[in-house]
Amino acid sequence: MRSIPVTGNGASTMTPVIECQQLNVRFRTDSGQVTAVSDLDFTLNEGECLGVVGESGSGKSQTFLAMFGLLAPNGATTGSIRYRGTELLNAPRATLDGLRGNRLAMIFQDALSGLTPTMRVGDQMAEVLMRHQGLSRRDARTRIIEALEVVRIADPERRFSAYPFEMSGGMRQRVMIAMATLCRPEVLIADEPTTALDVTVQAQVLRLLDGLKRHTGTSLVLITHDLGVVAGLCDRVLIMYGGRAVELGPVREIFRRPAHPYTQALLRSMPSLVIDPAQDLPVIPGQPPDLENLPAGCAFVSRCHCSVDACRSTRPPFTAVGTDHGRACHRLPGDIHAIGGAVPA
Amino acid sequence: MSTRPELLGSEALAQAARGNVSRSLWRQAGRRFTRNRAAMGSVVILAVIALTSILVPVFWPHGIEDASWESILVPPGLADWHWFGTDANGRDLLVRTFYGGRISLTIGLLTTVVALLIGVTYGAVAGFVGGRTDGFMMRFVDVLYSLPLIFFIIILVTVFGRNIFLVFVAIGAVEWLTMSRIVRGQTLTVKSKEYVESAVAIGLSRGAILRRYIIPNVLGPVIVYVTLLIPTNIIVESYLSFLGLGVQEPLTSWGLLISQGAGQLDSAPWLIFFPATFLAVTMFCFNFIGDGLRDALDPRDR
Repeated sequence: MRSIPVTGNGASTMTPVIECQQLNVRFRTDSGQVTAVSDLDFTLNEGECLGVVGESGSGKSQTFLAMFGLLAPNGATTGSIRYRGTELLNAPRATLDGLRGNRLAMIFQDALSGLTPTMRVGDQMAEVLMRHQGLSRRDARTRIIEALEVVRIADPERRFSAYPFEMSGGMRQRVMIAMATLCRPEVLIADEPTTALDVTVQAQVLRLLDGLKRHTGTSLVLITHDLGVVAGLCDRVLIMYGGRAVELGPVREIFRRPAHPYTQALLRSMPSLVIDPAQDLPVIPGQPPDLENLPAGCAFVSRCHCSVDACRSTRPPFTAVGTDHGRACHRLPGDIHAIGGAVPA
Repeated sequence: MSTRPELLGSEALAQAARGNVSRSLWRQAGRRFTRNRAAMGSVVILAVIALTSILVPVFWPHGIEDASWESILVPPGLADWHWFGTDANGRDLLVRTFYGGRISLTIGLLTTVVALLIGVTYGAVAGFVGGRTDGFMMRFVDVLYSLPLIFFIIILVTVFGRNIFLVFVAIGAVEWLTMSRIVRGQTLTVKSKEYVESAVAIGLSRGAILRRYIIPNVLGPVIVYVTLLIPTNIIVESYLSFLGLGVQEPLTSWGLLISQGAGQLDSAPWLIFFPATFLAVTMFCFNFIGDGLRDALDPRDR
């Protein structure tokens, strides 16, 4: 039972907070150049939640690490990511430090190692407020205890002076979320915030993020593998494959009428309660593309169920198929459905 | 008492939950350390050696320079307060041994502090900044490493003359090299941890990250190395003094006493026995403490 998203799109006034244009991320390695992200364009509007979906290695995390200036030292970027007009790519450290943790915040994938074991949780959280709002440790304490209450940590007074290893994984993840929201950021990037957690805690964390978005008007980017999470929480989805955007559009549009064979295949391989459990789950055959030798045409061609000759030779341009909905494919949306069959509801 | 064991257990849990104070990693390590008998025994023995080295020369009836023609090469005994005997100049060995302990322990501690400060800063900076800076800094360490210690000290002594201060400089200047390598290696590991990344992502400056996130997390192995470095430095001082390059008369150290005693091993064996025993016991103690700390700080290794 997957609830159909009832996402109020009314909140977003369509003013972009983050604009990403022609982003390329490359890594120099001993065996050659690895292209993690190519020619990526997207915007994040005020108060919206953008889901970013793709397989491992599709470039979704690297895009946002680049935005935070956190790429590995052998990484290089071209293009532009702007926050309200301020360029973030290759920006001076002082500019980045003023924004990171303050206006832009990130929740990392691995909460278990995201807190330093040598500091009390409260002191670590206080760093953010002392750095960006010039609060004293004592003033920071009150704010932090409030923030811990918001993420439903029992007995926050006592947890303030606990060490990370005295907490469970779910608690640490919630501490990370509380820490990321301390300065009321305008943009919150959540990189697979629920992967390390069990299902009940996942649900709590997601409800928390949803509440944050609704009550503070924070723009949320949710990087995930889980299409169910996207359906429940996001307004728009960006589907990435081989470092490129293959489809971008409103959640409802994409779930009802996926206009790219990859999106379609992803939706079909989702486990659901109506599928006969005795049957194997549908999978996408083949391997993710080799980022060192990306094909000249479409990166998905070798796994695509409806490729034509043009797919091998020329890269499909990103074209609109509806209002605010675009995708990169040579085939017409109607043809994809004809070959691929109906998507299970 | 009819209390069932489960209830006792839950009572203990509740008690633990009521305790407000969280135990830091350091405090937990401290508890494991105090349970280690060999290490705790060593701490006690070392404390006794240190205290007697400080106090005995203050009130002992003989001074370290008091030569006496009447009592040359007196063997150990209770007569006339020459408990450890006397040397060829009639000086009391007991007071000289404890006084030598002062010098040896001071040199061991001070040179280690010097090595610790330089080595930790240098290694952490090299590892944290990385890239070309790291390469340049570590090659400089390699170059210094290739200079033999004795060669280095002979140059210092020839240029500046014999001076106890030079011993500090020379040992400190050499021993920080290994420290910086250890710290750099640890820093490289810690640097890639997620909590450092999240510290960058909350906009902390590099200096703050280095001081509050990197260095506290590399200190474990460093502390263990420190307990092994102190005895190493005491030994280095001993052999410098043995070679005549270290502490000069009338000051004395365990190394110097041993070197003088070695010359009279046949006629007056007590001259080498007492200082050598103190030196050996001290070495054992530091090594046991080092072992204990390593087990306490990294319990998985056991």
